[in-house]
Amino acid sequence: MRNIRIIARLDIKSPNLVKGIQLEGLRKLGDPNDFARQYYLQGIDEIIYEDIVASLYERNSILELISKTSDDIFVPITVGGGLRTIEDVTAALRAGADKVSINTAALKSPQLISDVANKFGSQCMVLAIQAKRIDNGWEAYHDNGREKTGIDVIAWAKQGQELGAGEILLTSVDKEGTKKGFDIELIKAVSEAVSIPVIAHGGMGCLDDCSDAVIDGGADSIALSNLLHYEKVTVDEIREHCNNKNIPVRSKSLRGAS
Amino acid sequence: MTRPTVTIIDYGLGNIKSVQQAFEHIGAQVNLSSCPEEIKSAQYLVLPGVGAFKQGMSALIQLELIPAIKEYAQSGKPLMGICLGMQMLLDKSFEHGEHEGLGLISGTVKAIDRHSPNGELIRKIPHIGWNAISPASKWQKSILAPIEQGSFFYFVHSFRAEVANTEHLLATCEYEGLTIPAAIKHNNVIGLQFHPEKSAVDGLAILNTFINQ
Repeated sequence: MRNIRIIARLDIKSPNLVKGIQLEGLRKLGDPNDFARQYYLQGIDEIIYEDIVASLYERNSILELISKTSDDIFVPITVGGGLRTIEDVTAALRAGADKVSINTAALKSPQLISDVANKFGSQCMVLAIQAKRIDNGWEAYHDNGREKTGIDVIAWAKQGQELGAGEILLTSVDKEGTKKGFDIELIKAVSEAVSIPVIAHGGMGCLDDCSDAVIDGGADSIALSNLLHYEKVTVDEIREHCNNKNIPVRSKSLRGAS
Repeated sequence: MTRPTVTIIDYGLGNIKSVQQAFEHIGAQVNLSSCPEEIKSAQYLVLPGVGAFKQGMSALIQLELIPAIKEYAQSGKPLMGICLGMQMLLDKSFEHGEHEGLGLISGTVKAIDRHSPNGELIRKIPHIGWNAISPASKWQKSILAPIEQGSFFYFVHSFRAEVANTEHLLATCEYEGLTIPAAIKHNNVIGLQFHPEKSAVDGLAILNTFINQ
């Protein structure tokens, strides 16, 4: 059996955790480390930090954040946002990240996917895809859904897998931050096109959205932000919902969380 | 009481920082080392690793660490291999060719089949995520003793470590109908396919038992 992972995604605008709607219109929520710690105690399966500004000036501050978080949070941590080179990836991993997610730089130079996979292993290389609906499919975007590329999402996902990506973090630009549910057709199309795990992200508004993404879309993992940040759901509630829907998930340790 | 000192072999592969942070969190002192003398005289030795088998072994060869690791293992002191580090404990691997391993536990490393016996595509590779482990043998006499059977650990791998002697198989997990070795053990040498340093409290409990044996 394959257990579905529940992942907390935290968008960072240093030094704050922020949340936007459709990747824009940011609101400051607080210290990202406090939120990550809270989700760890609730039993989250993984943490994703996304540096949404990703300026060179702020690079050190996200590295410090990773280092602080990985000091006392012992679940996998993925870091994305503005990673352009092998050196950037190396620095993120040295700071304590387990994986990196790359979007813009991979679109500009797909070879980077292979370089990261060859040096650190495919399991480390998460291809982030920002997908926006067009007439006959989805187009890949970057820079928080602002820049279009003309690249077909399905073809890009397949190419990413060929080049060595170990996972795909699939964000629906249309649904992100709307709480209107995942783009199930998008998740289904990508999951069927590749044989690596697909993380569904963007739009979760209620517990049923989560089970729909898995049962109807074939998602391997669910990434969510708003519902956790605003305490609309807890990790336990998501687990219980999945159990009720016969979706296998990790059971909480009898040892508690800390 | 003096704090136990864990020597983590630093051979340039994978994220050793998280292994270091986990051991420090449970009160151990950590020494990252690529020095044969330090490895030989370690109190507790950990071979971590993420990435490809061939690169891992090449790095150990280049740093001239293999005789030191073997000498340490023969001393009877506790040695733990994690993920790729576990796979390198075996005789050889068929990951992209055929490569010799450390040969501390008899067995071979093979790819996890994406397909069912009748050729159907059923498994996503890598095997990434949390999976429950079950005992294969002697669980209670190993560092898994404090762990409830069926507890979940974080796995991320595409290859599996098949031991030649079933007595060396300590625990397994199931992945889409396939039984995968999760922990192996031969005397003082233990290998974990999952990442205890990324497996929350249960992972830390295993590390804690390791440094208290």
